[in-house]
Amino acid sequence: MSDVIQLTRKDFVSDQTVRWCPGCGDYAILAQMQKVMPELGIPREKIVFISGIGCSSRFPYYMNTYGIHSIHGRAPTLATGLKLANPDLTVFVITGDGDGLSIGGNHLLHAMRRNVDIKIILFNNRIYGLTKGQYSPTSEPGTKTKSSPMGTLEQAFNPISVALGAECTFVARTVDVEQKHMADILLRAAQHKGTSFVEIFQNCLIFNDGTWAPVTDKDVKDDNRVILEHGKPLIFGKNRDKGIRIGRDLQPEVVSLDEVDESELLVHDEHAESPNLAFMLSRMSYPRYPVPIGVFRDVDHLTYEEGVRKQIAEATRKRGAGTLQALFRADDIWTVRSHDGHNGHHEVEHPLFTMAE
Amino acid sequence: MSPSVRPVHVEEVEEVVIRFAGDSGDGMQLTGTQFTNTAAIVGNDISTLPDFPAEIRAPAGTLAGVSGFQVHLASEDIFTPGDEPHVLIAMNPAALKASLGDLMPGGTIIVNSDEFTPANLKKAGYDRNPLDDGSLKGYHVHRVPITTLNRHAVEGVEGLSTKEVDRSRNFFALGLTFWIYDRPLDNTLKWIDEKFGKRPEIAEANRRALLAGYHFGDTTEAFQTRYKVKPAELPPGDYRKVTGNEALAMGLVTAAHLAGKQLIYCSYPITPASDILHTLASLKNYSVVTFQAEDEIAAMGATIGAAFGGAFAVTGTSGPGMALKSEAINLAVVLELPMVIVDVQRAGPSTGMPTKPEQGDLLQALFGRNGESPVPVVAPASPADCFDMAIEAFRLAVQAMSPVILLSDGYLANSAEPWHIPTEEELAQRFTFHIHHPTAAEFGNGHGFLPYARDPQTLARPWALPGTPGLEHRIGGLGKQPGTGNVSYAPEDHDRMVRDRAAKVARLAEFIPPLEVFGAQEGDLLVVGWGSSYGAIHQAVDRAHFRQGKSVGAVHLRYLNPFPRNLGEIMSRFEHILVPEMNLGQLAMLLKATFLRPVISMPKVRGRPFKISELSAKIDELLG
Repeated sequence: MSDVIQLTRKDFVSDQTVRWCPGCGDYAILAQMQKVMPELGIPREKIVFISGIGCSSRFPYYMNTYGIHSIHGRAPTLATGLKLANPDLTVFVITGDGDGLSIGGNHLLHAMRRNVDIKIILFNNRIYGLTKGQYSPTSEPGTKTKSSPMGTLEQAFNPISVALGAECTFVARTVDVEQKHMADILLRAAQHKGTSFVEIFQNCLIFNDGTWAPVTDKDVKDDNRVILEHGKPLIFGKNRDKGIRIGRDLQPEVVSLDEVDESELLVHDEHAESPNLAFMLSRMSYPRYPVPIGVFRDVDHLTYEEGVRKQIAEATRKRGAGTLQALFRADDIWTVRSHDGHNGHHEVEHPLFTMAE
Repeated sequence: MSPSVRPVHVEEVEEVVIRFAGDSGDGMQLTGTQFTNTAAIVGNDISTLPDFPAEIRAPAGTLAGVSGFQVHLASEDIFTPGDEPHVLIAMNPAALKASLGDLMPGGTIIVNSDEFTPANLKKAGYDRNPLDDGSLKGYHVHRVPITTLNRHAVEGVEGLSTKEVDRSRNFFALGLTFWIYDRPLDNTLKWIDEKFGKRPEIAEANRRALLAGYHFGDTTEAFQTRYKVKPAELPPGDYRKVTGNEALAMGLVTAAHLAGKQLIYCSYPITPASDILHTLASLKNYSVVTFQAEDEIAAMGATIGAAFGGAFAVTGTSGPGMALKSEAINLAVVLELPMVIVDVQRAGPSTGMPTKPEQGDLLQALFGRNGESPVPVVAPASPADCFDMAIEAFRLAVQAMSPVILLSDGYLANSAEPWHIPTEEELAQRFTFHIHHPTAAEFGNGHGFLPYARDPQTLARPWALPGTPGLEHRIGGLGKQPGTGNVSYAPEDHDRMVRDRAAKVARLAEFIPPLEVFGAQEGDLLVVGWGSSYGAIHQAVDRAHFRQGKSVGAVHLRYLNPFPRNLGEIMSRFEHILVPEMNLGQLAMLLKATFLRPVISMPKVRGRPFKISELSAKIDELLG
């Protein structure tokens, strides 16, 4: 074991000029990620960032770690292959709502279903930025964009619901402007063993400015969001005077703490094996409900690559480590012998079988 | 020769081609495989051609549901499963109808006469019973009531339904064929014991069926002749039978072993490549990792990720999967990471004919991606050659730091032939890997490290692995600066990178063996082939040149990009160039474009391999 080197944020800043639009929410995410990295205590060379295509996907170029800027939607597949080759690496997937939920939706689902030990960070700005402003799979129904001048006709994906539906073992949400909260969530996501999925509400200043305003504007945000904390009741509001309880219709219900006792409120359990409550929380959306921020689910399951290694170890224990000759000879073999090297006459020998004579 | 209860004529023959044909549920692949295994073990040279429908259970008794297995065994070197079966074993009318056109004139037909019922005849599209209407006059027909005889033989085995009893019919047919060709039963009896150990009643039924078929041949007067095919004179050594897919899987494991690498095979199930995945999935005690991805694209992406991580990364697919992978293959091209992409070609376009072979993906492999995307392409020539070329593909991949495409096809994949088992020493002699993963110490603690610095000899970039301190770097699909790999859209940078990648692949020509000409070294006609048509071309040229004295030579391209460096010179020694291939002239187009000379294209797109006779006829037509 080599000496533990104390790294700082600067060690994770690459020599590349960051090229996002001034004021983009991505800057804040990059800054928090670079700040969190030293806290992981993982040497820089063991960290890999893999991205797809889109504004967010430029991210790996700016991290002084190993990295791949891959192709649209496919980052989880590269990350999976990399973890199979080297399970010791800490692998992040940086993606966006278009990259992860549209063109790469299938890969995102299956990476989570397998519980590959990768950390998926999805920047959700509900718009296509790099291609200049078309609607995305998380755009709210009716969103008017260049490609939907009369408003979109599609239901939007809820990334947290999708992740929970795909059996993801760590599911969380944070906001680009909440630096402390984001840093905490990123750290926990990085430390989780298994697939982590973090949705970050991220503002696109150019094409979708203010899309998260209800949960980011200082004046209103405390009334429009609820911060999830394990083991604590769901309380929110500027004056912390509102809470969430399960109503008689088995739906969440916003109640006033003036009228309802705190003991009746829903208590958050991020470690619940069943994703049911987490899923219910994920469906809470503005304006009817406060938007939950924090960790929805955090459970421990065997990771995919651990399972792969286990099977290899078990097969090796049962059958012994394979040799090439054993592989070649794992079928019926016959030997052709040179009877007499001079006249080239050959004789066939049947070591295993006799002629029916 | 085993003793017989009655005097029979024994004829010694050099070769025989047998086709087993029946319903896809009749177990014909199994029957053919068992016959082949025994023939191989007693020392015959063998070559097989399975031919089965894509549907697992097509409607019983119909032409669509016919499954066939052709085996060629001989006492001399053979290269193909045989043009025309000498013997056809037809388990129902549809099997007879589907195969009769291929049968040699005057050949032998053994039919299960019980199945020639009005209903089955109708399903096969026969208006009249071909056994009675004189249409089979030119053949030796043996009507054997296999179903009835088999039921008698299996009578008394407890716990079997009639359906299960009838399912052992194929072993009756196999037993009879073993008798006719004087093959021992031991191997199949042993196999039955192993396979059905947990179902003793089924084992017993199959055992009885096999012996009943054998004894039927022995006692009935219908069969007057037995045939003996002497062992072939193969070079000394240990042999086993391999299909192309088996050989390919073993080649991949061997390459990983020789290179000191972990094999990671990422694939999505697709006919006819899936058997490679199945074989490798069962080799976990060889540290083989198999990853069944959610789709073809994911399989390619995971392959790239595994290559970045330092594994021997491989994906396997067929044409439709290649189409899906092409974007990610392009990423691999610009990331410049070593990996192997196996395309077991099938008849296209689109879904096409999944179980039928074609060589239609050559141009796709070379050019089916956006931009200038040079990828080395290799193609094995025979089932056993799949072993060598799998290793060779990885050698080139490492040497050029590039994905390499290996083009097999459905014919190679499922056909079998004897394979000379190499010793460890032979392997070490034939294949060497030079793999180097740099460390920071080589670059002044990493400060001088350039991820896209090129080796002056090979033009390859370094394979620096994540986990290596001090060599942290980022690579990606965007245009990049030479050396640093940093994003760049500068005209001179793009120009340099495009040309360097092309030059790097072209330079592999210096590291691949020159072609050797078979037959005439110069003269009237050169036959240029690639892939699975090797056997038929070899035999046809052998006949034309060595037996008929014609001025014909042949070269077979196992490297299609780059071409072997002496190909142009060899072509210049011949007046005519003939290019037989299972497509509409893709290699022919490449040769014309590369060497600026006329070539005669001989296309075949029937979902069937070339026959020797077709090639002989073409050679005769051209040379008179």
